[in-house]
Amino acid sequence: MKATVTVMLKNGVLDPQGAAVKSALLGMGFDGVQDVRQGKVITLDLADGTSQDDVTAMCEKLLANTVIESYSVDMG
Amino acid sequence: MKAAVIVFPGSNCDRDMAVALRAAGAEVTMVWHKDAALPSGVDLVAVPGGFSFGDYLRCGAIAAKSPVSRALADHVARGGYALGVCNGFQVLTETGILPGALIQNAGLKFLCKTVTLRVDTAHSDFTAPYGQGAEIQIPIAHHEGNYRIDPDGLARLQGEDRVAFRYAQTPNGAMDDIAGILSQNRRVLGMMPHPERAIRDDLGTSDGAALFESLVGACVAA
Repeated sequence: MKATVTVMLKNGVLDPQGAAVKSALLGMGFDGVQDVRQGKVITLDLADGTSQDDVTAMCEKLLANTVIESYSVDMG
Repeated sequence: MKAAVIVFPGSNCDRDMAVALRAAGAEVTMVWHKDAALPSGVDLVAVPGGFSFGDYLRCGAIAAKSPVSRALADHVARGGYALGVCNGFQVLTETGILPGALIQNAGLKFLCKTVTLRVDTAHSDFTAPYGQGAEIQIPIAHHEGNYRIDPDGLARLQGEDRVAFRYAQTPNGAMDDIAGILSQNRRVLGMMPHPERAIRDDLGTSDGAALFESLVGACVAA
């Protein structure tokens, strides 16, 4: 089984990379871009029976820094 | 006075840190990150700069889960001294020993230059010799030095006089120009600038030497 963890900087936390990407897109003429946030996607191959709670614990303890980042978990 | 310098894979300021501590009179032991215990009788644990574990996932995140980091947390919980510089500061925030987090510089660039720091509190064994309001020259060398903390946490740091150093002009976008902070018991300092690279005039500045001398002196007196 697989799980996909998406980690993003929390709303309100400055995202320098997102700001740079936005600036580049606007410079290329994509005038409709209002905001860009950049995060990371982590895919996990898991033994059968690994619970969503286990993955949540992984996020809390290592995969995300909850001081500045939020995460979401998609099982399967 | 006994100091331990932690070495992670990718640490690259560990020997500089040892040189600075020895110059101030400390007996220094290098400690590999796989060691689950610190040498007995250690007064100070220094977490050096570098790129521990290649900065994978987040700067300091993997190092914070190394066996030695638990020993470091225990040392701090016992009231021991700790100094984290640059990547070491990132490790201290990732372990939760110090509050907040360090993210990418606002200008996206790696910054390597000497900056002016203002000493914001003299009330610690790290900063006492400078005096509050003193300006010192210390080099920075980082890509993720942009200090972030929630508003309540920031108010708490300010209210408890725990901002050790501020940038005279913030190079990296750090909140409240914060360059270094103290723990509640004022025995743990995390800072992005490198005092260990500023211990002799022929390095460009010797303004960092007083920090190490004061720290070693405090441990000897304790």
